[in-house]
Amino acid sequence: MIVPWGETRLVQGNEAVALGAVAAGIGFFAGYPITPSTEIAELLAKYMPLLDKKWIQMEDEIASISALIGGRLAGSKSMTATSGPGFSLMQEGLGYACMTEVPIVVVNVMRGGPSTGLPTQAAQGDVMQARWGTHGDHPVIALAPCNVKECFELTIRAFNLSEIFRTPVILLPDEIIGHMRERVRFPLEEDVDVVPMPVPDVPVEWYEHYHESTSNVSPMASFGSGYRYHVTGLTHDKDGFPTRKEDEVIAKMERLKHKITRRLDELEDVQMHDVEESSVVIFAYGSVYRSALAAQAILKKKRKTVGIFRPVTLWPFPDRTVKEMLDSKDVVLVPELNQGQIIHEVERMTRDSVRVVPLHRIDGYEITPEEIVDAVMEVI
Amino acid sequence: MSPTIPYEYKYLRAKKRFPHVWCPGCGIGIVMGSIIRAVDAMGWDKDDIVMVSGIGCTSRMPVYVDFNTLHTTHGRGLAFGTGVKMANPRLNVMAVMGDGDSLAIGGNHIIHAARRNIDITAIIVNNNNYGMTGGQFSPTTPPGAKTSTTPYGMIEPGFDVCKLMDGAGASFVARGTVYHVTELDNMILKAFRKKGFSVVEALAPCPTNFGRANRLGGPVEMMQLLKDNTINLSQLKAMKPDQTEGKIVRGIFVDRDSISYGDRYAALCENARIGSGG
Repeated sequence: MIVPWGETRLVQGNEAVALGAVAAGIGFFAGYPITPSTEIAELLAKYMPLLDKKWIQMEDEIASISALIGGRLAGSKSMTATSGPGFSLMQEGLGYACMTEVPIVVVNVMRGGPSTGLPTQAAQGDVMQARWGTHGDHPVIALAPCNVKECFELTIRAFNLSEIFRTPVILLPDEIIGHMRERVRFPLEEDVDVVPMPVPDVPVEWYEHYHESTSNVSPMASFGSGYRYHVTGLTHDKDGFPTRKEDEVIAKMERLKHKITRRLDELEDVQMHDVEESSVVIFAYGSVYRSALAAQAILKKKRKTVGIFRPVTLWPFPDRTVKEMLDSKDVVLVPELNQGQIIHEVERMTRDSVRVVPLHRIDGYEITPEEIVDAVMEVI
Repeated sequence: MSPTIPYEYKYLRAKKRFPHVWCPGCGIGIVMGSIIRAVDAMGWDKDDIVMVSGIGCTSRMPVYVDFNTLHTTHGRGLAFGTGVKMANPRLNVMAVMGDGDSLAIGGNHIIHAARRNIDITAIIVNNNNYGMTGGQFSPTTPPGAKTSTTPYGMIEPGFDVCKLMDGAGASFVARGTVYHVTELDNMILKAFRKKGFSVVEALAPCPTNFGRANRLGGPVEMMQLLKDNTINLSQLKAMKPDQTEGKIVRGIFVDRDSISYGDRYAALCENARIGSGG
């Protein structure tokens, strides 16, 4: 037994990602070594042969994500793990997976950048790359865990969402979360919801590789299962064949968008603490959310109430909830391990009367609770 | 007498996808014919065949054949194919690529596919230039040749595809041409039969771009060049060195038995389970 179901263990964040992948039924891993994500590949190299699952180290990250898409088309749940520089190389394959609607999971343990940057240190610099890194219009789903237990849970959720929406899902732990160790109480296997790979049950001649409607997905047949079809990164019709007919092009592009934007309720995942009663709210995700919680406790002792708004699902951004909850606040403080990325989304969803205040840390270290406390004291 | 429909047609998406995109005089369709005949000779079920490709003229081939077909990103056909083969080893995977696709942007992938000896057949249609984008030079453009990006002549040496694949560890390496079709059919068939990574390089004319830029004539003249400028391995042995000057050699250069990646991986899984007592 690889996943310690029902047990309590001291586990590293990256290890929890690997265990979550096993729990979700990973069948194929392809990757390339890169700090600070390597433990995920190393542990799966150990686990997967024991389960008769397929693992391969490819020649680079482009090859890794390409192999991943091939693996899923041939019927295996597929995941890779990387960090900034590798994530940049994977954009080509991410775009292809979006376009061809192949479910895969890409873990990007975020380190300092740009370029080689700070390989062993933390950042949240890839938030916008996750959203807009590949060329063209495309939807994306990205989740940001804040602790080791969530590394396990959100990896499973990433697999589930990728199958439900037939799209790549990006898991975005920062280096702090990937490398920290915490005590985790694992759930019982029967309490974990794992979405199986949907399979078509229609006669071959009725099979539609892509759904006819613009907001739905069809179950994807695997190569070798008797449903022969064509897959191409060229804009294609519902059978997968290249097209330049206006109505078919529009239908394809609208489905890519609507299949996600019309089902936001299934994707939105936010945590709020004392948001309603506070006029000052800290908007934080990933490791910074932990510091925000500690800062809130310190401030409470000083008889200052601040709220915390935390998006677990970063993309699609929780537009409606942010607007509803934060648009009447005096101040929203947005601490991030970058020079300001998600803050633009917060600004976009709040009126001018809301002061949206940045707090950056870009030296590879964590934002401390004290830094957040100081920033709050300055604005109130 | 009613016309007989050639058996090749049953492997085509005949009603849906034709006419094809290839220019008059292009050699890619001939290679597709060879592939289909070799597939028929193998007796493979169409459901069990996966044809992957990258980007370019040759990489448009999958859309015309009635297999599981995967037209990927530029140069990555073999990387996608590696994933397919790993996830479902029962599938017969082939990759069709042009010279630019397989050897320039995909150069890293093809040498590692050969080194791993993954059980895939790579068919490289070598027409000495990038056809789809209008005839730029590729890693197989001969020295001195004119292309749209070598207006003063090619100054880079080219790859010898077969030597490269031999050195990288492929189990089967052959070179044919689209003039010598029966020979090409046979090479592809032998490549399909081979366990491990097999490569067939098919020399083909591109009258529209390479031929025109180098004043090599039309489709017929370029076919004649394939006939005149190539010799097979047995001819090579019978000829004196001065007679073989400038000739390209056809034939099967590598045919060795080495354990495929898939078989090695399966053994690894078994050993790991025994080792862990599982």
